[in-house]
Amino acid sequence: MISYAVAIGFACLAFALALNLRRLLKGPTISDRIVALDTMVINTIAIIVLIGIETADDTYFDVAMLLAMVGFVGTVAYCKFILRGDIVE
Amino acid sequence: MIAETSLADVVISALIVLGAAFALIGSWALVRLPTLMERLHGPTKATTLGLGGMLVASVLFFQANQGIWSAHELLISLFLFITAPISANMIAKVYLHRRRTDPSGNVETPAGPPPPPGTGDWTTYRRPQPGSPSSTAEN
Repeated sequence: MISYAVAIGFACLAFALALNLRRLLKGPTISDRIVALDTMVINTIAIIVLIGIETADDTYFDVAMLLAMVGFVGTVAYCKFILRGDIVE
Repeated sequence: MIAETSLADVVISALIVLGAAFALIGSWALVRLPTLMERLHGPTKATTLGLGGMLVASVLFFQANQGIWSAHELLISLFLFITAPISANMIAKVYLHRRRTDPSGNVETPAGPPPPPGTGDWTTYRRPQPGSPSSTAEN
């Protein structure tokens, strides 16, 4: 039963990533592209968590944790660069 | 024993499907809604909540199937719930900054007209004074 749920989850997240990619390519402003990248990172973390459930391997959560941190730092760095023209002042 | 296992399976599967559905709804909102300020609502709330549901599902899965109680998942969801509002705030500031500093000038912005140069204390215009709250509320 869990395998069916994981398959449904993979399908939903793949479709969600496709929608994010559409906003990333189309987005009229630069903020839309930052939001799309941030959402793609969150959806990728969800996919990694699902892979961890599917393979019953708890190593994947360290990967998810690292990706969460790097994604947050990346989003803040993009925003700071556009706001101030510099990342670390 | 069998009844317990199947109940845990049902709960885990429901949480996975619910979380994936919330993530999909958030991403659909990102495409569907008209302006950026509305588009921010989808990823910051629905997608983060969906990921939280999936992390709770994985905590239950490892507890039920392997007897491991690991706090990593809760750590991830705590981290995400702390950082999602911060990224949303930064992105909204980028949006307002780009709208206010648009070279075409006469842009209708949700934040009103830009303050005159030199008097604004908005954080994107001037470096915050050391030791003072860099708030926009006094402006």
